[in-house]
Amino acid sequence: MLEIKNLHARIGDAEILKGVTLTIPNGEIHAIMGPNGAGKSTLSYVLSGREGYEVTEGEALFNGENILEMEPEDRAAAGLFLAFQYPVELPGVGNANFLRTSLNAIRRKRGEDELDAVAFLKLARAAVKQLAMKEDFLKRNVNVGFSGGEKKRNEMLQMAILKPHLAILDETDSGLDIDALKIVAEGVNTLRDETFSALVITHYQRLLDYIVPDMVHVLAGGKIVRSGPASLALELEASGYAGLEAA
Amino acid sequence: MSMTTEATINELATQKYKYGFTTDIEMEEFPKGLSADIVRLISAKKGEPEWLLEWRLKAYEAWLKMEEPEWARIHHPPIDYDDLYYYAAPAKAQPKSLDEVDPELLKTYEKLGIPLHERAALAGVAVDAVFDSVSVATTFRDTLAKAGVIFSPISEAVREHPELVQKYLGSVVPVGDNYFTALNSAVFSDGSFVFIPKGVRCPMELSTYFRINARNTGQFERTLIIAEEGASVSYLEGCTAPMRDENQLHAAVVELVALDEAMIKYSTVQNWYPGDADGKGGIYNFVTKRGACRGKNSKISWTQVETGSAITWKYPSCILQGDGSVGEFYSVAVTNHFQQADTGTKMIHIGKNTSSTIISKGISAGRSNNTYRGLVKIMPGASGARNFTQCDSLLIGDQCGAHTVPYIENRNASAKVEHEATTSKIAEDQLFYCRSRGLSEEDAVGLIVNGFCKDVLKELPMEFAVEAQKLLAVSLEGSVG
Ligand SMILES: Nc1ncnc2c1ncn2[C@@H]1O[C@H](COP(=O)(O)OP(=O)(O)OP(=O)(O)O)[C@@H](O)[C@H]1O
Ligand SMILES: [Mg+2]
Repeated sequence: MLEIKNLHARIGDAEILKGVTLTIPNGEIHAIMGPNGAGKSTLSYVLSGREGYEVTEGEALFNGENILEMEPEDRAAAGLFLAFQYPVELPGVGNANFLRTSLNAIRRKRGEDELDAVAFLKLARAAVKQLAMKEDFLKRNVNVGFSGGEKKRNEMLQMAILKPHLAILDETDSGLDIDALKIVAEGVNTLRDETFSALVITHYQRLLDYIVPDMVHVLAGGKIVRSGPASLALELEASGYAGLEAA
Repeated sequence: MSMTTEATINELATQKYKYGFTTDIEMEEFPKGLSADIVRLISAKKGEPEWLLEWRLKAYEAWLKMEEPEWARIHHPPIDYDDLYYYAAPAKAQPKSLDEVDPELLKTYEKLGIPLHERAALAGVAVDAVFDSVSVATTFRDTLAKAGVIFSPISEAVREHPELVQKYLGSVVPVGDNYFTALNSAVFSDGSFVFIPKGVRCPMELSTYFRINARNTGQFERTLIIAEEGASVSYLEGCTAPMRDENQLHAAVVELVALDEAMIKYSTVQNWYPGDADGKGGIYNFVTKRGACRGKNSKISWTQVETGSAITWKYPSCILQGDGSVGEFYSVAVTNHFQQADTGTKMIHIGKNTSSTIISKGISAGRSNNTYRGLVKIMPGASGARNFTQCDSLLIGDQCGAHTVPYIENRNASAKVEHEATTSKIAEDQLFYCRSRGLSEEDAVGLIVNGFCKDVLKELPMEFAVEAQKLLAVSLEGSVG
């Protein structure tokens, strides 16, 4: 369960998050929508521990623990995963090597045995297949020369392998063709169970046709200004965000 | 960066050099300082023939008239050459077989991860272990002898194969090439000798492990590798030293000779003690390495991973004399804290259709300075010569320096010389991306740096590539923050 309470955060002198309050119970998927520049990515970075963001007020509890005090890698070990809006390139670092290093770092932190190369490759190949990716993805360097859509799929590959308890998808659907969109949705849906919850940031209702959220929130001007059932997304699609900006 | 990171930095700055221990063993040392008498003493100690003593004395005379080179981007207080020991060796008589090697020494090498007992040794790798001034053990000599390969301490080769040593010693790096080669030629005490006869592919990797142990002692080793027509060999050297507050001098000379169609692959993992986080102590690594591709279609390939030493001054070079000969230089140089590296290569194209490749990856962190200095020289007769040079620098933090100094002298219009250079920083978003996937900050730096160096690391023999990767990560520990 994720409980964000009155979260304020700033970058330099600019306050971006101005009191975000949001609860995602275990097993639920919530969507966040909202205008450009509202603070959606900022929220995802603050939750996953990126530097440069100062939390001035409030807290974020994940299964009762204040994750804001943890290092990013410890948040990952606790089960948090952020699918980046703009995935980062790592020249010279093989995708398979990166994935295995990540997985084993997390397993080590959790006191679990590391996976050897053979066991890992089996797991990775299965995930690649499930995501309908080309096998040579594993051999290529992390995100280097990937198309926009391929980068997003690569984020989903990481998610499939790291099996987080809380996934934040920051516009993973942007730039995806319709087949890829279905595959991404399926990737999320297969993880769906009592121990998994997700925060899906999107601009488009069509993703929510495939990943049906338990709730939809609107983030505008650094605050959640409206929350409602899945149907809220349809409504927003028709009417836009006019009139929803925080006072 | 974060508080925990700072704590680890402090911890690691003091702990990270895990080869910094000393071995307590009875040593025989000659008096401090350098004179013609010390040179005679070294030569007599080794039972050398007259010609070699003469050679040494000439080198000593030449050295007296020379000055330390000053053109490199390195700085250090003056070295007092009279305050050094020029010969230090374990006092016990030279062992004849591995079973007679002093157990303290065996323990030392075991601690360094180089077991000298053949049954425990790395499969397929023969080791010559040089401790201060002498070779203390050479493994797998019988296996190699069966293939006709000579792999022995150079002092022994002087006694047993004088004609080979006399023919090639100083033929690639002349005695008076520079200040440190003259010094080395006068006082060198040991090192490895390798001879691969015509048509033989050396059946094992050969390696020499250099260890400085004694205080105030310079290490002056000499390596000579000869590959006859059609022969090939892969050779690797590793180096470590105890942590000491004072600087220690290491001035080695390495000469390689490749005849027609021969191939020599020479890899170095240099991990001399780099000094502490405040720049105190560490090895001055002033080394001259040069290979002569004398025969047609011969090939010499240098791969170096330089992580240690307070100062590194070395330019492994190739003289591409034979038509169609090939020279390669793959280098990773890492500097952290107050380390200084001025390293690169010289590719001298003399023969027709000679080609050379230079890939240099410099990584600087802390307050260190890292310079690539390279010369590509195409002589008038080198028609069809080709060179490709790629120099990449990676900066970690903003107090370090990276410099690229390429010299190109092309005197043949048909030659093609290409040079590419880049400088980059480890980006914050790369670090965060890795950390959000569970990697610690240090592991993230290690991963990114290893990615940056991949083109060089893949040139290392398999057995050592993994070690080198770990070493890179360890050398940079404490560099972000
Ligand atoms: N490093 C920064 N320095 C200053 N302002 C920043 C910085 N990063 C983000 N901002 C500002 O913070 C605000 C929120 O940005 P954020 O990326 O969180 O928006 P978003 O809701 O994800 O928008 P989009 O839908 O376009 O992805 C924007 O006004 C942005 O310009
Ligand atoms: Mg965004």
